[in-house]
Amino acid sequence: MASYKTNEFKGGLKIMLDGDPYTIVENEFVKPGKGQAFNRVKVRNLKTGRVVERTFKSGDSVEAADVHETDLQYLYYDGELWHFMDPSSFEQLTADEAVIGEASKWIKEQDLCSVTLYNGQPLSVDPPSFVVLEITETDPGLKGDTSGGGGKPATLETGAVVNVPLFVQTGELIKVDTRTGSYVSRAKDE
Amino acid sequence: MPSASLDVLGARATMLRRLRHFFAERGVLEVETPLLSASATTDPALESLQTHWSGAGSDACAGLSSGQGLYLHTSPELPMKRLLAAGSGPIYQVCKVFRDGERGRRHHPEFSLLEWYRPGWSLTTLIDEITELVRIILQRPDLGCEVLRYRQLFMDRLGIDPWSADPSMLKEAARAGGLTGCDQLELDADGWLDLLMSQCLEPDLGRGCMSVVRDYPPSQAALARLRSSDPAVAERFELYIEGMELANGFDELTDADEQRARFRADQRRRQAAGQCVPPIDEAFLAALEAGMPASAGVALGLDRLLMCALGVDRIDAVLAFPVERA
Repeated sequence: MASYKTNEFKGGLKIMLDGDPYTIVENEFVKPGKGQAFNRVKVRNLKTGRVVERTFKSGDSVEAADVHETDLQYLYYDGELWHFMDPSSFEQLTADEAVIGEASKWIKEQDLCSVTLYNGQPLSVDPPSFVVLEITETDPGLKGDTSGGGGKPATLETGAVVNVPLFVQTGELIKVDTRTGSYVSRAKDE
Repeated sequence: MPSASLDVLGARATMLRRLRHFFAERGVLEVETPLLSASATTDPALESLQTHWSGAGSDACAGLSSGQGLYLHTSPELPMKRLLAAGSGPIYQVCKVFRDGERGRRHHPEFSLLEWYRPGWSLTTLIDEITELVRIILQRPDLGCEVLRYRQLFMDRLGIDPWSADPSMLKEAARAGGLTGCDQLELDADGWLDLLMSQCLEPDLGRGCMSVVRDYPPSQAALARLRSSDPAVAERFELYIEGMELANGFDELTDADEQRARFRADQRRRQAAGQCVPPIDEAFLAALEAGMPASAGVALGLDRLLMCALGVDRIDAVLAFPVERA
């Protein structure tokens, strides 16, 4: 099994702790001038998202987690599982509700998602940073209002609700930033 | 681009000018000693960087074989003590020192050290002198200084006696002190004391004034003389400012036999831990055997002192080029 020594620690490194995969969020080297050196790290549990602290004696080794990111194409939702395909190998993988999380609000068939795999299985799914989705329902805005100063809720084809300017209407395509869940622009001409 | 601004480089130059003036006024001689040596520190907590000498085919370098490994020093302590033994009188040195594997917010593999020795002085007198120097460098003439005893500090703030607590009691103190993520950690008593000192106590030291911690456990004597009080203590001190360790000083061990026994014990610990075991500095031991005057000595980290002077919390901010871009 691959392992990392503390001097290889850095943000983003994936390690196994207590049987779970973790990613290092922050690593601090501490050492008294005359005395034992330590690495105090903040790690995020990749299954639960919880961030905890851990102290290692410098020079200790930790097992590496078989975690990597890959781009998978979203195929369809069968009512229980979300199905993805590796575009190079055509291998199909599924994600359940715990794994898909918030991404289910934003993704459409054919979208390429960044998927974190743990021991070859999806652990988490990141939607594309920007998606173009159709508005399925929103109140008609005031005619002639192009200022964008106000806003109104709009339901999108995936079920997500975002705040849009008053002049945007049902049936239009809009571009949304999935990291913030906010409206970016109309996408008519794209 | 340098990681330190021109102002910071100027502040470093000012610091060096002030400290040289300080020592010149007091009749302390500035010296230089070798950065490279065939021997190296045996301290299990320090790792030396190693390079090698490929030879020059000259009689001038007889005694050094070609391809000989040479270590970069981790401190100029031993050759400076050889100068003391040779009758140098009070001496100081400003130099770069090198430590393998050390890198962090306050650590850099090469850093600037000011080290000085006062033959015939007590640790208390040297503490007075270093606090005076720090006041001058920081331009804070009114900065006070509290002197704490290591044992009392642990008893007051953590409720444990570092002389008698075993590793499981120290682990419990770490947990009680709010140190999370230590449940899986296996350390000996000194390892736990180091963790407690650096993580639970150090952050509160040097707040509003300088803090000097003195009288260390004999197991952490390093190169300090032991005082046979009850309990016995190591005549060692550290200086803290703004939650940061700045300096380490000793009433220097001058007993050659005791020194050799400590070096050997260090070597055995390194061997047992699978660390490299560098050769002992025999020239230093020979100097002790010939006789070194009783002295107090201290090493002060200049990059950290500059960090204090400028109120910055990353060592990179006071370095022209950190190692990653050197």
